[in-house]
Amino acid sequence: MNRDVAVELRGVHKRYGQVEALRNVDLTVPAGQVVAVLGPNGAGKTTAVELMLGLRRPTSGTVRLFGGDPRAAGVRARRGAMLQESGLPELLTIAELVRLFRAYYPRPLPAAEAIALAGLEESAGRRFGDLSGGQRQRLFFALAVCGDPEMLFLDEPTVAMDVEGRRLFIRAIGEWAGRGRTVLLTTHHLEEADLMADRVVVIDRGVVIADDSPDGIRARVPGRRVTLRLRAPLPAGAFASLPVSSLRHEDHRASFLTPDAPGVLFALRARQAEIVDLEVVGADLEEAFLQLTGGNGHG
Amino acid sequence: MAESRAAAAPVASTAPVAPLAKMAREQLRAEFLRYLRSPIFSVFTLALPVVFYLFFGIPNATFQIAGVSGGTYLMASFGAYGVANVMLFTFGIGVALDRARRMDSLIRATPLRPAVFLLSRVAVALTFGLMALTAVSLFAMLTAGVRMEPARWATFAGWLLVGALPFLALGLAIGYLVSANSAAAVVNLVALPLFFASGIFVPVRNLPHFIATIAPYLPTYRYGQLAWGAVGASGTDRALVDLAWLGAYTVVFLLIAGRAYLLEESRRFA
Repeated sequence: MNRDVAVELRGVHKRYGQVEALRNVDLTVPAGQVVAVLGPNGAGKTTAVELMLGLRRPTSGTVRLFGGDPRAAGVRARRGAMLQESGLPELLTIAELVRLFRAYYPRPLPAAEAIALAGLEESAGRRFGDLSGGQRQRLFFALAVCGDPEMLFLDEPTVAMDVEGRRLFIRAIGEWAGRGRTVLLTTHHLEEADLMADRVVVIDRGVVIADDSPDGIRARVPGRRVTLRLRAPLPAGAFASLPVSSLRHEDHRASFLTPDAPGVLFALRARQAEIVDLEVVGADLEEAFLQLTGGNGHG
Repeated sequence: MAESRAAAAPVASTAPVAPLAKMAREQLRAEFLRYLRSPIFSVFTLALPVVFYLFFGIPNATFQIAGVSGGTYLMASFGAYGVANVMLFTFGIGVALDRARRMDSLIRATPLRPAVFLLSRVAVALTFGLMALTAVSLFAMLTAGVRMEPARWATFAGWLLVGALPFLALGLAIGYLVSANSAAAVVNLVALPLFFASGIFVPVRNLPHFIATIAPYLPTYRYGQLAWGAVGASGTDRALVDLAWLGAYTVVFLLIAGRAYLLEESRRFA
């Protein structure tokens, strides 16, 4: 095994009773890569992260982190993690919690640097119980990075963050990845994966169904997103038998995905549609994702 | 080929880890602050024994009980109650809260050593136990004229801290068995009857006959005996007998806690 491999999952199955959360997952993450794991709710993203962190054990197959057991003390000292829905003592302040978590690691970042990376300088004296959801997420980020780990695991990191928090967070991850560190994050937000990740792994119903660069994932959907503004609403059935998908049609607007934009437009003209404005763009990652997962994507 | 693979593999076991002393010091500090700042914890564990002493201790301070003044005897009673209560609360409610908030998951994702986590909580519980005992003792000395040699008080405090282990283990078991919402209620539901049935709040001879019959087999009775013996009351068993009983209860409660822990482990971390 290569020393530059951060995470390696080989033939991993995970079953909870009758539910198969992961089926035969193979995944290798080289050191220095930023990987986004995408998938609808219940796809197995969190289970994959929990296995990589050693919080759970695979039913079969092997999980290795830096070539070792994810539960080994030396391995745990090399990674930081942000989990979904985890809590902390309500009565301790941000500064106290960062100080505590730094003591868990052999070569931590200066506390001020960890707090600044998370944009929490102003609220370092506030207690955990008084923080907003977004501030808590930022604190969990500060705690994940304060040990200056080689690898970060972030499970749905931007949940509960507002737009500003999310923007700041994406910048922080970029800064972190710029130091040559490895990042694995799960997300519902495809634009986040697009902004941050070198690689996108799509999981659906416990199976890896795509593993590519964000551009590569997008290229899997050959179609175009067409948006029309119409002089008058179209009659029902105006799109009947035309090669369109994910159609949104209301009043004077229609938007759809199609592999044959010119053909559809000619057909609509022939059906008396009066088009006043027109936009044709490449399908975005979200649409690629919806197609890959058979349309049962995030809501 | 095989050789080069072995040579290239990072050796996880020799990778650097954080210095244990610093980890333990910071863990202790955080645990201590966490409880110190909780008003519910302070009221229940530090103030309640003092309030009980105010109502039950002071009115009986001048009577003689088992060869010592009522004030001294009841200082031992409510001191024992105070220390045991701290053990039950820090472990029972602390563990249940950590589980409910999924703080245990977060901790497992860090390099914190489980032993450091557990032992720092034991140390903090013992510290608060000593604080509860000191509060009752000072109150008794100031309001009920109780006098005690410093050396005797130190022995008394030492016995109570050592003898508190079964309550720590019982708290651990409760913490793993019940939810955070019911932990405080369950702790009181378990503790209060045990203390009432053991002569801590009411002399054993005033209890209904069948309770007085089973009292000597209860851990709280043995703990009370240890406390009364340490302050010089007559008619108690030798301390070693009480300690043997308390040791046996510690083992039983630890087995229950261990089972509950393994159940949790198989449910959430397997």
